[in-house]
Amino acid sequence: MKVSYYPGCSLENTAVDYAASIAGITPLLDVELEEIRDWNCCGATAAHSINQELALALPARNLMNAEKMGRDVVAPCALCFNRLKVAEKALKNPEGNPLGLSYPGTIKIWDLLDYLTQEDYLQILAQKVARPLTGLRAVSYYGCLVARPPAMTDKTDHENPQNMERLLEVLGATPLDWSFKTDCCGAGLSLSRPDIIDTLTQRLYERALAAGAECFVVSCQMCQANLDLTQERISKRFGQSYYLPVFYFTELIGLALGHPRVKEWLAKHLVNPLPLLQKKGLV
Amino acid sequence: MKKEDTPPMPEPRDKPLFPAFTLAARLSQDHLSPDACYQCRKCSCGCPLTFAMDLLPHQVIQLALLGQEEKVLASNTIWVCSSCETCTTRCPNGIDIAGVMDWFKEQAVTQKKAVPQPEVAAFHRFFLESIRAGQGRVAEAQLLRRFTFFKMRRKLDVRELRENMKLGWQLMKRGRMRLLGSPAPGGQREIQEILKLIKS
Repeated sequence: MKVSYYPGCSLENTAVDYAASIAGITPLLDVELEEIRDWNCCGATAAHSINQELALALPARNLMNAEKMGRDVVAPCALCFNRLKVAEKALKNPEGNPLGLSYPGTIKIWDLLDYLTQEDYLQILAQKVARPLTGLRAVSYYGCLVARPPAMTDKTDHENPQNMERLLEVLGATPLDWSFKTDCCGAGLSLSRPDIIDTLTQRLYERALAAGAECFVVSCQMCQANLDLTQERISKRFGQSYYLPVFYFTELIGLALGHPRVKEWLAKHLVNPLPLLQKKGLV
Repeated sequence: MKKEDTPPMPEPRDKPLFPAFTLAARLSQDHLSPDACYQCRKCSCGCPLTFAMDLLPHQVIQLALLGQEEKVLASNTIWVCSSCETCTTRCPNGIDIAGVMDWFKEQAVTQKKAVPQPEVAAFHRFFLESIRAGQGRVAEAQLLRRFTFFKMRRKLDVRELRENMKLGWQLMKRGRMRLLGSPAPGGQREIQEILKLIKS
């Protein structure tokens, strides 16, 4: 299946590991990704915080370009997905859109996790699992913006999404229940108010450990960065020695399907997942 | 109660509740009407950032209804809100509370108010300017550099600086930081037209 793809800026920068794992596993599922032509930044938190007009115009251009390509569009970044959906709602407003654009709206916007956990793909995955992730105890961390607000994202399970857990089961891992799967990690403030991030993220570490987790699984590169890059700093600040590797769900798909380049992707993390995977006999 | 005993829903108002110049009416014009708030505090109960706020989210809405624009504009709350959208999602009256927070931030910027959280405001501004510098895509490394200098000029925190430089090096070593940013996308004429919306 061929779909349009909106990688977003950070997949070309801090989240190159996410980008590489997506490029690695999608062919195994017969998913062909074609980048939206000449895509631009969605404006992210900054635009919708201080410049509403820009916050619509930027994603609207991407959506118009995707529409021209005529295929559904998938976004791996939660915020990019969210802004595309906000632009879609604005462009489809029956009272006319503020940008004066004519948008037929024939395509669907997906976040990557939802797209790859459709029933058909889960079945293909179940058949292709070469090395089940037996014994890997993980909490799914969805973050905020793929789900909220549902009036924009059109999600129905926004308080308690389950599809990452279903995926982990298919891959043979042990998904754990916890109450913080959609709680905020504060990523938008990670540079301007690192003290706030420390508080929010440390709470997530503690709750994950209390649930019995050995690692996080995420579908958002901002969550990944916030949980992974700060772990050393937060450990120091709270006098703890947290060790909770933070996997992208796509990396775990690659690992379970025996993709040869998984170690390259994982080597880009700051919290080295290899000791955990070695302990579990998974590498 | 039998079904026919249910009182009918009130007719929608044909006139706005507040005169046009009031804060609530200005918010309503931007589809952010706070009129329906009955102060149930569900927004504040679900908000993960209250520990860093001086006004709670329901108080921001209450002050908006009372026309207390200056009080809200002077608060930390609108800037430390992380836009996680929990409040907007859960409001029983459909008020877009996170949207109201954004609206006030934009007001503070356009009215050139003194912002109590200069780091947050500067980061947003630098981010938008880095989209312009990257000709449509964020120049991440440039953004980080600029923000680091901004922070150093305000207050030199040697420990934090050392930590950040170490982190930057770790990212660079792993190929997670492109010093020169992404190549500019095509469609520059269209993109430049949109980027004109970035003031300053």
